[in-house]
Formats: sequence, C-alpha cells, structure tokens
Amino acid sequence: MDEFMLIFRHEDGAKVASPEQLQTWMKQTMDWVGGIAAQNKLVGKNGLLFDDAHVVRHKGVVTNGPFGEIKETIGGYIIVKAESVEEAIAFAKGSPVLQGEWNTVEVRKVYKR
Amino acid sequence: MEEQNLIPHLFRTEYRKIISVLCRHFGFEQMETAEDIASDTFLAAAQTWGIEGPPKNSVAWLYHVAKNKARNLLQRDQVFRLKVTPAVKADQAAGAPGSSGHPIDAEIDLSPTSIQDSQLQMMFAICTPLLPAESQVGLSLRILCGFGIEEIAAAFLTNRETINKRLFRAKEKLREAGIRIEMPPASELDHRLPAVLTTIYLLFNEGYYSESSDDVLRKDLCIEAIRLCHMLADNPATNTPAVDALLALMCFHASRFDARIDRHGDIILYADQDTSRWNTDLIAKGIDYLHRAARGDTLTKYHLEAGIAYWSTQKEDTAEKWEQTLQYYNLLLQLEYSPIAALNRTYALAKARSVQEAIVQAEKLQLTDNPFYFALLGELYTDIDKNKAIGHFSQAMALARTSADRQLMQKKHARLG
Repeated sequence: MDEFMLIFRHEDGAKVASPEQLQTWMKQTMDWVGGIAAQNKLVGKNGLLFDDAHVVRHKGVVTNGPFGEIKETIGGYIIVKAESVEEAIAFAKGSPVLQGEWNTVEVRKVYKR
Repeated sequence: MEEQNLIPHLFRTEYRKIISVLCRHFGFEQMETAEDIASDTFLAAAQTWGIEGPPKNSVAWLYHVAKNKARNLLQRDQVFRLKVTPAVKADQAAGAPGSSGHPIDAEIDLSPTSIQDSQLQMMFAICTPLLPAESQVGLSLRILCGFGIEEIAAAFLTNRETINKRLFRAKEKLREAGIRIEMPPASELDHRLPAVLTTIYLLFNEGYYSESSDDVLRKDLCIEAIRLCHMLADNPATNTPAVDALLALMCFHASRFDARIDRHGDIILYADQDTSRWNTDLIAKGIDYLHRAARGDTLTKYHLEAGIAYWSTQKEDTAEKWEQTLQYYNLLLQLEYSPIAALNRTYALAKARSVQEAIVQAEKLQLTDNPFYFALLGELYTDIDKNKAIGHFSQAMALARTSADRQLMQKKHARLG
C-alpha cells in the first residue's frame, strides 16, 4: 500500500460563498474525510489558512498572498493510503472541493525511502 | 446491613484501601506480604465477629488489626535481619519505602488522605506499558477494586489458575522493573494519564460487554471503573478534560445498564428498550461531566465517544441527533480508527444522509471477517431488499464470536421472518 497526497487548489471559500454554503461544504468535507478514515486509509490531513498568506521570492522579495493572476491556490491536503494511483484518484474524485469549476485536486505519490 | 453481608461488603470496600496503603509502605517487592496481611485481617474479622458479633466501628477495627499485623511483621522481620544481617543498620538508614529496610516505628497511615493518595499512586504504578492490558485490568481488579481471584476469573471467563498465573507474572514484572508506587511528577502526568484512562475504560467495557452471565458482577465492574475515574476527577493534579469526558461517557453507557438486559439475562435491543428504565440520574451526571470536559483545547476520543453516547441517551430520531453522531464518528475515525467505529459511522450515515449512500460506503469497508459488518449490511438492506438482508444476518450469525452476539443477530434475523 502506497501513500498519496491529495492537494487541493481552490479559491478562498470565505470570499465566494455564504456562511450557509461554507457550513454545507464543511459537512461534505467531513463526510468525505470520514469515509476515507472509515476504510482506515487516512494517514493525515491539514487545512491551510488564507489569512496572512505570503510568498517569499527570489532575492527576499515578499508579497502578500501567492495568488497574482491565479485565484486558485493550495487550501489544504490530505494523505491517503491506496493500493494504486487509480484508487487514490477515486478518492480525489469524491472531494467536495471539485464542486468549484476551476478547483483541482492534485494526486501525488509520497516518496518513501 | 445484614450481619452475614457485612464482611463481604467490607471486603469489597476496605480490602482495596488497606492493600494500597500497605503496598505503598512495603513496595512491590513485598506485595504478597501486603496481600497476606490484608487477607489475614479479614480472616480475623470473620473468626472474631462470628463469635462476638461485629464491633461498633467495624472499619476502624479492620484498620487497627491491619496496622498491628503489619507492625508485628515488620518487627519480626527486623529482629531476623538484626541477627542475620549485620549490615542492617546501613540498610535501615537508606530506609526509603520500597527498599528492604522498613523502620519499625513508621506508622501505617490509614487516614482518608493517605488511602486516597495510595490508591491514585497504585493506579499509576499498575497502568504501565510494561504490562499487557489484560494484566493491568486484572491487577486493577485485584488491588484497586478488591475483587477475589474467583470473581476476576469469572469476569474474564477463565479459571483461577490462569488468573493467578497472570497476576503473579505481572507482579514479578513490576518488581523486576523496580516500579515505584508513587505519583508521576507533574511534568510526566500528561504522558502517563492516557494509560490509566485506557485501563479504566477497558475495565468498564469488561463489565459492559462481558459475556459473563453474572449480572451483578458485571455491574460491579462498571461501578468500579466509574469510581476509579472519579478519584482522578476529584484530584486537582489528575483532573483533566479527558478524565471528565471518560467519566461522562461511562455515565451515559451505564444509564442503560438495567434496561438492556431482560429477566432471563438476554440482551434487549436498543430500539426495544423501555426508556423508563434508563437511569436519568446517571444521564444528568454524564451531561454535567461532559460540560466540564469542554474546557481547554484538547479533543480526545473520550470527548467524541461521550458526545456519541450522549445522543444515544436521546431515543427520539431527530436530524440533529444523527448529524451530530455522524460528525463525532467522522472525527473519531480520524483520531483513531477502529472497525466498530467505522461500522457505527456508516449506520449514522444512513440515518443522517441516506441508506443508499450508506450502502455504497459500507461495501467499501470490506470487514468481511467481522460479524457486525454483515449485521450492518443486514440492517441497511432491511427496507430495500429483504432477501439480501436475511442473507447478511445469516452470515453475521455464522461469524458471531460470542453467544450473546449470536443471539443478537438471531433476533434481527428472526424479525425479518
């Protein structure tokens, strides 16, 4: 069994959704993660805050937020156990993040020595 | 209290106190001596009280006799060593409790504070990862709860010899490892407390889910677990939110103790339980502790399980009940996976979302050697495909590991007829 990181890229939810929508989205996320955990295939997860995001660039240039022209940025990740990349992709397809048209879930196998 | 019940009753309440204090005094090296003195004290009570009738203050009598016996023994011990071991003086100077030199004038302190401290210290000493869980529970029953070997054997569905051997090995290990009977320093508490809570939780489960047909004994196990947890909750040094949460959890479960077993000792399914037999005092107490547990920023599995158990005390099916239950299970599984939590979570999913969604998720669990997996599928298919449901319940019956479980599956199977 390999480990895969599913990386979410999306807009700042607080900017595009109402509190009720955020609430629904939270529940869906909890159900989705709970479903993976119920299969004993959740390794870890972290959500990332949009507030106070900075990007440090070449020669020490610091900018607020990584976004520039692109609105979708990394909002969090989970690490799952899966038999194959296909299974990891199947997990990713269930992510509520994908309800946003431009949002993505990147699937990456975790390097193990 | 009836005279004939007095000694068994005192044995249950006082043996554990005497033994904890004596053990603290003698250390694990001479644990057997402590046990002998405590047992001898009760033997003396049985012999004397049988003829003369029990004294007015029977507890004080027991403490007095235990102290004297300990003092005599220490004195004999010292005389022996004075003659045999010339080095005894140096040894005595070392004189720390647990070392081989006990100053004979050291008072065996059976005051309420000393009893309380000794029991807490003993709890931490026994709950060491050095011992397998079953030994921790066994020793706790013996030393902290004053259970007889016979009773422990009955609780574990095994025989005297097995328990004797298990306890003997456990004590030997404690001695070899030089485990001291003392409170861990404050800096280590956070790291030591989880093992103590696990043992208490196991002790409770042993009573709640045990197959033993002795209902009184099983209830006693649950009560003892709650009592031990109370001791932690009452002590400022050990009163953490997790302790309150575990206490709440046990209160909620224990509230259904009388309602879930019928006159013949058969299990009554949750849906069929007479809610008027649920213990509302315990439920109220559970709610109280759950509120207390909601401080600080630690969320333990006990918090989540207590939250789930709280909702089980609300029999009515409401959207809130199942939404909350589902979310607690979602979090619980992220904290610590267990097959039973995965199965229960899927049941909550059926209630909070839809049966169809739950079936899809259930089939992904693939816990095909677990009888409750098929019981869950049987439950989910009941209103959708009766034949499939019956098939799943048959499979569940075939896999059931205990007769109580088999009986439970049989009931569900029979209901579909």
